[in-house]
Amino acid sequence: MKTLTLPKARLDFLVSVLQQFGEIHGPVAQGDRFVFRRLRRWSDARLDYTRTILPLKKYFLPPRERLFRYRRGEGYVADTTDLERRIVLFGVHACDIYGLNILDQVFGGRYPDPYYQTRRRQVAVVGIDCTPDEHCFCRSMRADVVTRGFDLFLQDLGDRYLTFVGTALGDDMVLATEGLFQPVTRDDVEDYKRRSADRERMFRLEAEIRDLPEIFEMEYGSRLWDELGERCLGCGACSMVCPTCYCFDVADEVALGSTDGARDRVWDSCLFASHAAVSGGENFRASRASRIKFRFYHKQRGFVAEYGRPSCVGCGRCLDVCPAGIDMVEIIAGLREVDHAAAQ
Amino acid sequence: MPRLSEAMTAYRPVLAANPYQPLPAHIVRIHRMVPDNHLFTLRFADDRQATEFRHRPGQFIMLSVPGAGEAPISISSSPTRPQVLELCVRRTGRVTDALYRLRSTDVVGIRGPYGNGFPVEELAGNDLLLVAGGLGMAPLRSLLWYALDSRDHYGSITLMYGGRTPADMLFRDELVSLADRPDLTCLLSVDRDPDGGWPQQICRLPELFERVRLQPATTYAAICGPPIVYRLVLKRLLALGFSKDRILMSLERRMKCGIGMCGHCSVGYCYTCLHGPIFTYWDAINLPELV
Repeated sequence: MKTLTLPKARLDFLVSVLQQFGEIHGPVAQGDRFVFRRLRRWSDARLDYTRTILPLKKYFLPPRERLFRYRRGEGYVADTTDLERRIVLFGVHACDIYGLNILDQVFGGRYPDPYYQTRRRQVAVVGIDCTPDEHCFCRSMRADVVTRGFDLFLQDLGDRYLTFVGTALGDDMVLATEGLFQPVTRDDVEDYKRRSADRERMFRLEAEIRDLPEIFEMEYGSRLWDELGERCLGCGACSMVCPTCYCFDVADEVALGSTDGARDRVWDSCLFASHAAVSGGENFRASRASRIKFRFYHKQRGFVAEYGRPSCVGCGRCLDVCPAGIDMVEIIAGLREVDHAAAQ
Repeated sequence: MPRLSEAMTAYRPVLAANPYQPLPAHIVRIHRMVPDNHLFTLRFADDRQATEFRHRPGQFIMLSVPGAGEAPISISSSPTRPQVLELCVRRTGRVTDALYRLRSTDVVGIRGPYGNGFPVEELAGNDLLLVAGGLGMAPLRSLLWYALDSRDHYGSITLMYGGRTPADMLFRDELVSLADRPDLTCLLSVDRDPDGGWPQQICRLPELFERVRLQPATTYAAICGPPIVYRLVLKRLLALGFSKDRILMSLERRMKCGIGMCGHCSVGYCYTCLHGPIFTYWDAINLPELV
């Protein structure tokens, strides 16, 4: 991969150049949290952020999205409003880029989702490295380093950024700065390796995912799931903040006193009782325990079978947001615990 | 840098191929087979779409009723009889309720077909056993006519269909008239015959197994029905020595997209809409919550 360096003091210049590639969105503070939103001023950007409340999926799969408008005589007409907004997401962490790569697979399968795809094509991604906090376990989920899914990726080396150029568009961005980026020196490489090793040591959370699908399979009847079912409030917050939860509901609505309507899709969660309910009253996951089990099962077992890796990227948002303190890392440890299995 | 801006916007028209797009279809006929289980015959408004639409037995479509929404409905007609689609729709929710308020010539939306359908190539050369209970006849009827219309591709064909009373039987007249066909063993049963005059068996569906001799090693069994039917029929089939991957089941789940995205039909590591709705019994055993 093409690698360059960028003087940190000139970052604002890079951003000013990037404006020609789209609206600049980045992490900004909201109370004591962070959100991704359009930057009004570069000084609003908080590149020291930990994690944003919502992941990037909001840009590609909005919480509520109009798929069609319906008019009598015209039928369902696709709604393309706002699909082609050009955006540069600046300052995205590796786990979130990894999450995006996973969504790309889901929405680019046998039936590519044109709404997702159209939005995705309009968005450029500039990644930035980060410092893990007490909820980060991306390293365990092998999502602490990304090799694709970004146009540029900036690695902090103190007074400069080592910059990976991931795409031709990223290369165009570099060219557009007309000489801002410098070739990589031997010192840069050594500093990068030092920084990488330092970062590695900062992780405090670990989850062992080796043979986890098999363990999930064998612990399907574990009491642990019932205990979790007792604790889980079914609020679905973990799904909303998850970078790779993509379930959606689709609903038609008709304006009062009119035959015109619309078809919208909205974020959904497998923790909601309606998720596996079919008309006629049958519910395939009627108990909360079965629903929370399903969520973890799908992340760590089901997704592996379909896509070759867990869909969890270890961003730590669900740990952070769960009002019942349910913790993916603890659950994985609990399932692996030998005593636990013997106590069945 | 105009070159760059162009690169980002120069691509095919927005949403050129939209798998969520329902295509308009007319209701051609509504046959009131059983109360709250009518057979709707639909035809695409566009003649080319009507002619080119092809499905496999066991596949489903997503049916849109404007204003009410979309629901997965299995196709009851056989692809050997194209031009129209027959959908046996149970009135059971918001979308189907709205469908029941429509009349002939009204417009609905269709997209599909989706799902794997029955592996008809793999079934060729084998005997077929179709076992349906209650409303389970809806998806199996497509396979039945497909096999009858390509009769020389299959060995013996046996249909077992059980309902509570004659009035609850889907496709009753059609199936009763098939009873005389020499190339089909058509066993129909009802639990009770309150009005009298039922020309066929009065017994529980699993008891029909006592009336046939099956060759499990060269037979594929396709089952569809309520959970009790699966339990009892599976027991019979396994006792007869059927291999678990020669038993095919058609399942239904909540679906919002039909194309492997919305997540609702997910079971274990499968999506019913992509990997199903036809599963072997072996798949079913290995997928929690499948049945």
